[in-house]
Amino acid sequence: MTDATGLLARYERMAVIRRTEKAAHDLFLRGLVKGTTHLAAGQEAIAVGASAALRPDDYVFATYRGHHHALARGATPEECLAELMSRATGLCRAKGGSMHLTKAATGMLGSYAIVGSHLPMAVGAAWSARLRGTEQLAVAFFGDGATNIGAFHESLNLAAVWKLPVLFVCENNLYMEYTPIADVTAVPRPAADRAPAHGIPGEVVDGNDVEAVEEAVGRLARRARAGEGPAVLEAETYRHFGHSRADPAAYRPAEEVERWVKHDPLDLARGRLAERGVAEETVTGADERARALVERAVEAARAAEGPDPREALTDVWADGGAAWRT
Amino acid sequence: MADVITYREAVAEGIAREMRRDASVVCLGEDIGAAGGVFKTTTGLLTEFGPERVWDTPISEQAIVGAAMGAAMTGMRPVAEIMFSDFLACCWDYLANEIPKVRYMTGGQVTVPLVVRTANGGGLGFGAQHSQATENWALTVPGLKIAAPATPADVIGMMAAAIRSEDPVVFFEHKALLATKGPPPPPGHVVELGRAAVVREGADVTLVALASMVPLALKAADVLSGEGIEAEVVDLRCLVPLDAATVLASLRGTSRLVTVEENPYQGGWGATVVSIVADEGFGLLDAPVRRVAGECVPLPFADALEEQVIPTVEKVVAAVRSLAAY
Ligand SMILES: Cc1ncc(C[n+]2csc(CCOP(=O)(O)OP(=O)(O)O)c2C)c(N)n1
Repeated sequence: MTDATGLLARYERMAVIRRTEKAAHDLFLRGLVKGTTHLAAGQEAIAVGASAALRPDDYVFATYRGHHHALARGATPEECLAELMSRATGLCRAKGGSMHLTKAATGMLGSYAIVGSHLPMAVGAAWSARLRGTEQLAVAFFGDGATNIGAFHESLNLAAVWKLPVLFVCENNLYMEYTPIADVTAVPRPAADRAPAHGIPGEVVDGNDVEAVEEAVGRLARRARAGEGPAVLEAETYRHFGHSRADPAAYRPAEEVERWVKHDPLDLARGRLAERGVAEETVTGADERARALVERAVEAARAAEGPDPREALTDVWADGGAAWRT
Repeated sequence: MADVITYREAVAEGIAREMRRDASVVCLGEDIGAAGGVFKTTTGLLTEFGPERVWDTPISEQAIVGAAMGAAMTGMRPVAEIMFSDFLACCWDYLANEIPKVRYMTGGQVTVPLVVRTANGGGLGFGAQHSQATENWALTVPGLKIAAPATPADVIGMMAAAIRSEDPVVFFEHKALLATKGPPPPPGHVVELGRAAVVREGADVTLVALASMVPLALKAADVLSGEGIEAEVVDLRCLVPLDAATVLASLRGTSRLVTVEENPYQGGWGATVVSIVADEGFGLLDAPVRRVAGECVPLPFADALEEQVIPTVEKVVAAVRSLAAY
């Protein structure tokens, strides 16, 4: 369990993520963010709890629903929003967009939009860490829907037979795009129930409880670093918004939504802070800092320049260009 | 070292030379270790480099290439084997969506220096799912370099260049060439990717060929020489980077062009070469261009049928004759 100061810091990071997601949604509706967004509001505790348990040099791989991981892993709201708004100051210089937020310098090795594709990459990063003898860990975050794709099973098996330091963290938000995972999966816990079949432990955690996530990831990470191999952690959670874009998520029963909204990760952390004697003004102060940070980020991103059109033909090859002929 | 080396031995020798030179080079694939590869193209690697550098994998094409990708992103130089090039379809996501796009979509933050090796092509009666020439699949994706050597010396020299490349390279080893022999190149031999070779000089027609089509084109050139037609044979060696300059230079001397490719006419690489010539070398031509390519059918089993479908010496000779008479 973290102390009150630690929990307050995690709370503030979650508040920053929540505000950034709200800002992204708002900017999207106003036509200032092109394409689409997959918001993770409601799932912040997984990113923040896991990050708190990781070393700064560990590797993280995320899905197109990866804003929270980029932000938890050191990207600033300004860099992320600038990327969403197609600005030259964006994380990927406006070549990635919402679905590909990446900050390699802090170990956030990318967000991938083909469901399940990044799981083998995380296995490879863990393999590389072992070959280089660095004791780094690789973590792949993915949705419940990804557990039915072949790459999931290939990754678990390979990681298990090679005993690699990799954690597979499933964010089970109960839905794929619009279909409940339970309708298309033969076991109740899509990730955790299958882990033992591949010879690795599968645990379930309350994904809205930042401290529980941190504890579980920390424990499984220590085990993996000690050479005991990979693990699957299934974090139960819920997304506040629809799957993407302006999806109102009308397919979800009202009682279900109500139950999960009451179990909000920020509220939960706020309650814990009160229990531990942290004054309400202190928590409000953290909220206030988060609000101000994200407001400044929106302004700065809006004011930033767009990319130089010549950038469209750079970065394909190591020489910086895109020429396919000598 | 012996004064001749087979193409298959050259594969292992080429990899071994790089593994001796650079400790970050590691190999993975099905049966590549103790078994030495199903085509015996990795014989001796496990003995010399041990199981920490030569890894046998499960039958998990997505995990093999995906893990190689993750390892390449984090400091290793993996050489992944996909047993038959037909099986690239099982991990096509990695070749089409992940590996070639990461440098670009992360704005240059993440790079993927790896080699995917695979046994390509027909002529051995393996049937429709083990005989395809698939180099044109890779050609459709910006961001992959494509090497397809025709001689043992080129296998070693191009392997060196591929493994040292900061860009991802798909390395096609032709099954029909595995038993062919040639002089082994000296230590330190590197063939820069994207440099075609004029392997026979001639003034009447340019034959552009790749991999197993190079010796076939040379045989056709011998037949034609008996008829008084001197063909210049260009071994393209790589599809990306593509050495269009050498093709155009040859055409300046011959003014007639025939491409000889094993992949199907429909979407084959010859179409790309021919379109460059139409764009930039139209004035050099004294006759229409011809493409001798695979028929647009799945590869049949019987030799007599397979010969109907993939290029033969007779088909190349006939195409050239039709141009000479033009
Ligand atoms: C291979 C592949 N198939 C389908 C899609 C379309 N798609 C995008 S997100 C999604 C649902 C994924 O659900 P889940 O893994 O639970 O993740 P969540 O969106 O809930 O975070 C689908 C089907 C895709 N991107 N990739």
